[in-house]
Amino acid sequence: MKEFAAFVRKEFRHILRDKRTMLIVLIMPVVQMILFGYAVRTEIEHARVDIVGDVSDPEVRRIVDRIDNNRYLDINEILPSSGLIASSFEKNKADVAICFGQDFGERLRKTGRGSVKIVGDGSDPNSAQMIVNYVMGVLQGEQADISAELSGEDGTAAFSPSVQLMYNPAMKSAYNFVPGVMGLILMIICSMMTSVSIVREKETGTMELLLVSPVRPMWIIVSKVLPYLLVSTINFITILVLSRYMMGVPLRGSLLLLSGVAVLFVVTSLSLGLLISVVASTQKSALLLSGMGLMMPTVLLSGIIFPCENMPGILQCLSHLIPAKWFIIMVKKIMIQGAGFPYIVKEFSILAGMTAFLLAVSVKKFRIRL
Amino acid sequence: MKDIEIHNVSKSYGKVKALSGISLEVDKGEIFGLIGPDGAGKTTLFRILTTLLLADEGTASVTGLDVKKDYAMIRRRIGYMPGRFSLYQDLSVEENLDFFATVFGTTVKENYDVIRDIYSQIEPFKERRAGALSGGMKQKLALSCALVHKPSVLFLDEPTTGVDAVSRRDFWNMLARIKASGVTVFVSTPYMDEASLCDRVALIMHGKIIDSGTPAQIVSKYPYTLLAVKGTPMYPLLKHLRGMDGVKGCFSFGAVHHVSIDSSKTGADEILAGISAAGFTGCEVRLISPGIEDCFMDLAGRGHKE
Repeated sequence: MKEFAAFVRKEFRHILRDKRTMLIVLIMPVVQMILFGYAVRTEIEHARVDIVGDVSDPEVRRIVDRIDNNRYLDINEILPSSGLIASSFEKNKADVAICFGQDFGERLRKTGRGSVKIVGDGSDPNSAQMIVNYVMGVLQGEQADISAELSGEDGTAAFSPSVQLMYNPAMKSAYNFVPGVMGLILMIICSMMTSVSIVREKETGTMELLLVSPVRPMWIIVSKVLPYLLVSTINFITILVLSRYMMGVPLRGSLLLLSGVAVLFVVTSLSLGLLISVVASTQKSALLLSGMGLMMPTVLLSGIIFPCENMPGILQCLSHLIPAKWFIIMVKKIMIQGAGFPYIVKEFSILAGMTAFLLAVSVKKFRIRL
Repeated sequence: MKDIEIHNVSKSYGKVKALSGISLEVDKGEIFGLIGPDGAGKTTLFRILTTLLLADEGTASVTGLDVKKDYAMIRRRIGYMPGRFSLYQDLSVEENLDFFATVFGTTVKENYDVIRDIYSQIEPFKERRAGALSGGMKQKLALSCALVHKPSVLFLDEPTTGVDAVSRRDFWNMLARIKASGVTVFVSTPYMDEASLCDRVALIMHGKIIDSGTPAQIVSKYPYTLLAVKGTPMYPLLKHLRGMDGVKGCFSFGAVHHVSIDSSKTGADEILAGISAAGFTGCEVRLISPGIEDCFMDLAGRGHKE
């Protein structure tokens, strides 16, 4: 036990003395949260709206006033034709344009149908989607008012907005980044840092000395893993606090369940890191393996950035192999939907199975000799 | 009692044969030197004996324990200093020593007398990070770490490679004191001049032991008369000597050439006359007694021809 304590103390010294790495590791979640947070802002401030249509039409006038009075939307310009929208976007003068059909008010009254087109600037898909959704909300509010007014005359009146994004019409639904960041950070810390720290001992030759010592290799590994477990706990808490108080992401499910799932994922990542450290013989190759072999597929295939549902079949199959995917699904279910354990049994058992497999392989592969 | 016994050990890395049919015995309490050039297989043999590698063939035992079966027990009894400096550069001198003491189930305090000689020299710098030590001090620290748990056999893989001449001499003095305390020392070195500091040596080349015994025994087996020959220009002289009648071998040794001759065919005077006549200037020929390196060159040359 004293030997083990000495090992753990040594590992902590390594980590604490490497201040730069430590700083990066502790600040990374904060930076990622802020970056992702701004990329996926849920609030629109002063989105600039261009209007195309007959402003003398009282119905159009009414909607324009409504938009102008909205504190998140500002009317930028009334354009004579929809052909000018593109140049307005290009000059970055407007974020969204609303085109009213001809005789909008009259048609609305007579046929109960008015045509409105919302044109969003899709070059920044996330904010475009937000703004378009927001404008739609405003229009629907107006529609409800109009329907109420007209209900006495001929029942329903509706105008149906059709949405189009100018530069990225096939934009995917917005994702929730907090589970993604959580998965990414835990993965980086646990697999990359652990594998590099084990391989470093191989590279400098100290592993030779450790193996010659009477300490069992199992304890060497556990002592390597322990400090990073602590670091990832700190990161986990950081992310949760930031997501709750900076991003306002709710934690609807139980914190205990979430922590349990996180622990499972941490063990998965640690065993991946172990596996890498068995295969790699230099720190560089360990970094490459965990960077290219783990981080890239995780970022691309786990659904953090691209939703798995929209991938081609073969990539979808591949994405099933990414542990982070299942973790992220569970975190989303727990945090956003407030699901209890019965709703995540499937994902949990898949991840647990993966973990058991990886752990078994890497422990079996970890040699007691060189 | 033999502290290390090696029987017919072979080891290959893929197609490369690192060791072939090595057999050696090391007595308790002696300094045994494994001497050979880089790539001869020294480190591989060390790793087999320290239970870090498994031999393909043959058996080996350390303190009577089999390196394969009883590896865990051997690991408690040996001290190992690998070829490269392999301590934690970001830990201080004291932390390194403490760590290795604890890992081997002891404390620095308990075994301070074992390492006092060596450690006292670096103790003034005990707060310093190991990475900031000079080469000689690193080596002393590594030796302290290998000794701190009072091993009965000490394995030192090229401990003096890359260390200055003064530190090397210091180091061998330390080894003599370690030996005096009853520890068996198995040391490898590429420096032939260190062979005479060992009780017994084995010469290793291309994974084979080409000779073993006390340094005196090995030298006494040298079959030729040896001359130190000087003259300018040096390199043409070497070629000229090799072509002379009765010359068995000729190698450059710094400022002189060591020429082994068949004394029945030629002698120092004939050689001197021969090279002077060939136009070399500043010629000098001296009879010398062979060293380990001469023996090694001779044996290695013969091994090559076979």
